[in-house]
Amino acid sequence: MNAVAPTPAAGEVDNSAGLRRDQLRERLALFGLCSPALLIVLVILVIPVGWLFYVSFLGADGSFSLENYARMVERKSYLRIFETTFVVSLTTTAICIFIGYPFAYFLSQLPRRVANLCLITVLLPFWTSLLVRTYAWLVLLQKRGLINDWAIDLGLWDEPLKFVHNMTGTLIGMVHIMLPFLVLPLYSSMSSIDRNLLKAAANLGASPSRAFWTTFFPLSLPGLFAGSLIVFVLCLGFFVTPAVLGGGKVIMVSMKIASNIELFVNWGAASALGVVLLVMTVAILWVAARFLKLEQLGGGH
Amino acid sequence: MSERNSDALPISIRGVTKTYAGMHALDAVDLEVRSGEFLTLLGPSGSGKTTLLMVLAGFTRPDRGSLRFGDREVIRTPPHQRDLGMVFQSYALFPHMCVADNVGYPLKIRGMPKAEMAERIEAALDTVQLGGFGERGISQLSGGQRQRVALARAIVFEPRILLMDEPLSALDKKLRDRMQIELRHLHDKLGMTTVYVTHDQREALTMSDRIAVIDHGRLMQLGTPEEIYDRPANRFVADFIGESAFLPATVSNGRVHCAGQPLATRDAPPDAEQLLVMLRPERLRLLGSAAASGSAGDVQINRFPAEVEDLVYQGDSFLLYARLDDGTSLSVRDVVRRGTLDDLPKVGERITLGLHAGDTVVVADREGPA
Amino acid sequence: MRNWLARPASETQISHGQRLWLYLLSGLIMIWLVAPTLIVVPMSFSDSQYLEFPPENWSLRWYEHYLGSDEWMSATATSLSAAFLTMLLATPLGVLAAYGLHAARLPAGRLVFALLITPMMVPLILIAIGAFYVYVKLQILYTLAGVVLAHTLLALPLVLIVTAAGLKTYDMSQEMAARSLGASRARAFLTVTLPQIRFSVITAALLAFLTSFDEVVVAMFISGGDNSTLTRNMFNALRDQIDPTIASISTIMILITSGLMVLAQVFGKEKEPS
Repeated sequence: MNAVAPTPAAGEVDNSAGLRRDQLRERLALFGLCSPALLIVLVILVIPVGWLFYVSFLGADGSFSLENYARMVERKSYLRIFETTFVVSLTTTAICIFIGYPFAYFLSQLPRRVANLCLITVLLPFWTSLLVRTYAWLVLLQKRGLINDWAIDLGLWDEPLKFVHNMTGTLIGMVHIMLPFLVLPLYSSMSSIDRNLLKAAANLGASPSRAFWTTFFPLSLPGLFAGSLIVFVLCLGFFVTPAVLGGGKVIMVSMKIASNIELFVNWGAASALGVVLLVMTVAILWVAARFLKLEQLGGGH
Repeated sequence: MSERNSDALPISIRGVTKTYAGMHALDAVDLEVRSGEFLTLLGPSGSGKTTLLMVLAGFTRPDRGSLRFGDREVIRTPPHQRDLGMVFQSYALFPHMCVADNVGYPLKIRGMPKAEMAERIEAALDTVQLGGFGERGISQLSGGQRQRVALARAIVFEPRILLMDEPLSALDKKLRDRMQIELRHLHDKLGMTTVYVTHDQREALTMSDRIAVIDHGRLMQLGTPEEIYDRPANRFVADFIGESAFLPATVSNGRVHCAGQPLATRDAPPDAEQLLVMLRPERLRLLGSAAASGSAGDVQINRFPAEVEDLVYQGDSFLLYARLDDGTSLSVRDVVRRGTLDDLPKVGERITLGLHAGDTVVVADREGPA
Repeated sequence: MRNWLARPASETQISHGQRLWLYLLSGLIMIWLVAPTLIVVPMSFSDSQYLEFPPENWSLRWYEHYLGSDEWMSATATSLSAAFLTMLLATPLGVLAAYGLHAARLPAGRLVFALLITPMMVPLILIAIGAFYVYVKLQILYTLAGVVLAHTLLALPLVLIVTAAGLKTYDMSQEMAARSLGASRARAFLTVTLPQIRFSVITAALLAFLTSFDEVVVAMFISGGDNSTLTRNMFNALRDQIDPTIASISTIMILITSGLMVLAQVFGKEKEPS
């Protein structure tokens, strides 16, 4: 007669305490692998930024005060800086979308190998040093730069036009730096759109433009949103390009923070600005994360 | 390869429990695996059979319990010190190493000198009939060949216990059938204790010394293939193995009654409130009119009147779907013989199905083990 | 040509001819993207004080000036050392962290991952002044170690993300098989897992190098004196006046970047699974 296995005798060892300890030890060991990295982040990022928060609430006499934040709202120069920062960021993002969307679309329509070749034109500047690219634009756009020289030679205009040390130069440079940040995620999103959907739309009688606007465009929106957000957030905190191409006329928040430390050693003002910048960045990223999650929940149809 | 390993270890599993998020993956499992036997853990997906194998291997840490290999308690021993061989479902071969390096990996870890290593590797490859394949790259091998390399790698260091996690599931049917026999022969030759996981009952019935049927983390029945098939301990095992129809039955005056009739059964009925009569398709017989009317002397045949619903020709056999008077649907399977094809009843006909007492099995109608 | 223009270009049956504007626009964009960077190269060989394109007189004077200047050479050495050391530090730390998180598979792991990614989210200028403050306190301002630590902080998220992506496509049962055969976790990782994810690790290392080498903002604040980075000096030079030497330095930097990109591609091709 067969039987199910016999019941254990009373007093059998069950090892549960020992097993729990082993589990804990293993988990700690694995987390331990993260500890050096965490240590660096803690010491060089979390603690300093935390300290900056603290300092931003200190007045000139060392006591708790909101004067650093008040200054931002009261002083015209500060308000102008915020305005400039937003204007530059929004404009750059808008131009990037305007140029980048058709370009990404073009890339997504190419056969894989050709697209990869064309992507090099995006990746090469992307990986080239920021400083080198900014310098290149400086050389091109300055009074005696290439653009002016050629234009005058070709008779397009007589006097050299001012392309740098103003908003124009800054925007040209920023768009050039930021465009890959938009094109890459957008292209990735576009290439994963199911071609069969477009085929279906065409079969159902939609004209090419109608098929595009009703089918392709909505599906590309998540990628567009992600890319635009990355560009906008990067522009908010950007330093190098506006500093070089703006020539002191276009002052962004990051530059003010730098000058507050370098020139005035005003930690209070700098840290308050920094906190505001950080809060704005985090808020926007958080909204984006929620929005994208909702998109995913809503399903991609 | 060395001669038959007489040091195979028995495995003792006691009270092993594992819960994930409030659900029992393993529920106080007790199981004794005999030294040198081929034991299969059989069950549907999600039953816990793979979890149990992983506990044996050391990759899943149970909440409590005891695990002994021979007389050594190993439940807290890390996987790399358990000294057992394991074959994974995906084979898990190392693609950046050639076949010989794959097979030699455990030997290298054990610090074996190169010359001896080369010998052992070649012997292992010979055993799985891949002699001379040492220099090949993994990507150049077929599915069946990869499976053998995984096997060679698992046995090359002569482990006393071998674990296998559905190793044949990725192969096509013909290859799988052949490998079942080969694996069994390999086990017989090498003699180590083997624990084999599968969801395929035919595979289990073919290869095993004993089968442990598992469902929802509990051991439903442990027995030889004959015991599992012919004397299921409960409804789950009866249902999972083979295809049966069930009829409710009761005991009165020491005899089993079904649908008002007394039944002739092989064994005494099990001790349970509710009973089920198991009707296996291949045991049921189509009775000719003479046998159907039932001569008085033939009390060994249980009769069930039914109506034919459908008839399916399957090449080597046929399936006849019938409905009993109480509405239960069942199927009858028999081989196709020249005469039988024409004699088969037509749809809608009334027939009588017969089940010999020796084939009439009554099962306790309970969901779990006693 | 006529025929090609009339042929359909996509599933929506739009023809190439109707899309010509898109092709032209994209071509212009591609030129616009690449041209500025490439123009710097020939300009660096120009002889005059004002960079011209094409150069009227070709010469290597700006390269000679760069190579002959102690200041520039010292800065280059600092940048290269910092980048190399950052690569050596950030890669193991990031790979181990990615592995630890992947193997542990705990819900808290997502939090740790998010925390390790924060250097990418926080505005660079904040990190710069924060590091400046801490370094003053720790007295490691203007040291190579300080630069390496800060750059490691910036490179860690990249290493983490790239390695985590590589681990996702890796079959962990191989590591389990190695462990069942007698390898400890560490040995299994080194002999089985690491060789399989080497493409990701190499890419991560190259990214760490580039991140450090190209970094400007943080270096501006925490590098200086003897340990001033190339980028810091270049930035200061740009703000003051246009020194044509920068063109030659830029060319060299472009070459280094392209070289590393090609390297990354080469290792990428090797990994193609059949």
